[in-house]
Amino acid sequence: MTEVKNLEELFQAKIDAEQKIEPKDWMPDAYRKNLVRQISQHAHSEVVGMLPEGNWISRAPSLKRKAILLAKVQDEAGHGLYLYSAVETMGTSREQTIDDLLSGKAKYSSIFNYPTLTWADIGAVGWLVDGAAIMNQVMLCRTSYGPYARAMVRICKEESFHQRQGYEIMAVLAKGSPEQKEMAQDALNRWWWPSLMMFGPTDANSPHSAQSMKWKIKRQSNDELRQTFIDRTVQQAEVIGLSIPDPDLKWNEETKQYDWGAIDWTEFNNVVAGNGPCNKERLAARNKAHDEGAWVRDAAVAYAAKKAKRKAA
Amino acid sequence: MSENPNNWPLWEIFIQSKRGLDHKHVGSLHAADADMAIENARDVYTRRQEGNSIWVVKSEQIHASRPEDAESFYDPADDKVYRHPTFYTMPEGAKYI
Repeated sequence: MTEVKNLEELFQAKIDAEQKIEPKDWMPDAYRKNLVRQISQHAHSEVVGMLPEGNWISRAPSLKRKAILLAKVQDEAGHGLYLYSAVETMGTSREQTIDDLLSGKAKYSSIFNYPTLTWADIGAVGWLVDGAAIMNQVMLCRTSYGPYARAMVRICKEESFHQRQGYEIMAVLAKGSPEQKEMAQDALNRWWWPSLMMFGPTDANSPHSAQSMKWKIKRQSNDELRQTFIDRTVQQAEVIGLSIPDPDLKWNEETKQYDWGAIDWTEFNNVVAGNGPCNKERLAARNKAHDEGAWVRDAAVAYAAKKAKRKAA
Repeated sequence: MSENPNNWPLWEIFIQSKRGLDHKHVGSLHAADADMAIENARDVYTRRQEGNSIWVVKSEQIHASRPEDAESFYDPADDKVYRHPTFYTMPEGAKYI
């Protein structure tokens, strides 16, 4: 027991000295568990996040937009893989991690349980959802677990085009016909609040946050990140002539940031509990893709075996 | 490593970003064999021309030093400061040395 305590102290000292924790280092069980949960949820979010956007690939308004959207969705698949590979360094098998998603045991970001109803939603998702994700991911580039931090650096480099292409879609629509502008505004209205919820519960209601901060898994609190996101995004909405759907939004000269209205946490809790508009659809789509891809996995194994046999002969 | 024989093995991926530079570890992925691992690595790790050469190594083939032994393992180098050029005092006025 004293030995474990000693190891824990050494571990914390390493963290305090800003040294990264690497896969083969000793780490407390709770640190490992916490990270396996967080990184795998993050990976699942990248993968499930392909579904609402994939919905519009075949209906993109031009070949250029279609190529961009395809590239973005392919990036999300790549991001999922970087993260799955980071989870695996903690000793959890890939199969287990994927099974937990498919069985519904594991969670992913609730934002992807909202539908993409119009083309403007693809703009709003890139601008707001990827924008919010970037805030979180930039912070995670300095997270204490080495493989997670390295995956984040890679992801952040790629993510910035995602947000820019979304904002560009919104800007173009906002400058278009009255119907197009209305479509952009409607998308902003529907995605604004769910995007703010992406940062998670308020600091006062986030029981694990303190430990995550102590372990330097997280470096900034949910509320801090959310506030920075709001301060940046409001200005971007003004530039393209769209309005944020929050009657309480007001610049506060004293704090030099925006004051804003109350988040409907009942809605958040409902979606997390599985009762969002698309929870069932998303999980069913993932399971269908996995099942229908079984022959590809089998074929690859059979092909590898055949090649190995031919080589041996 | 995996209990199910249909699970693809894990490969560690090394990318050379430019001729003349080192191959650098970038992450890992699963693939049924080395050729497919290289193709997957191209799709996962070089979507933006990040490299022009890929090495793949089965993860189980990598042997690593033990972090818990690091102190004693590396201590032979601790007391040999004379291996660094800054250890030596050069005579005043000497150039190009």
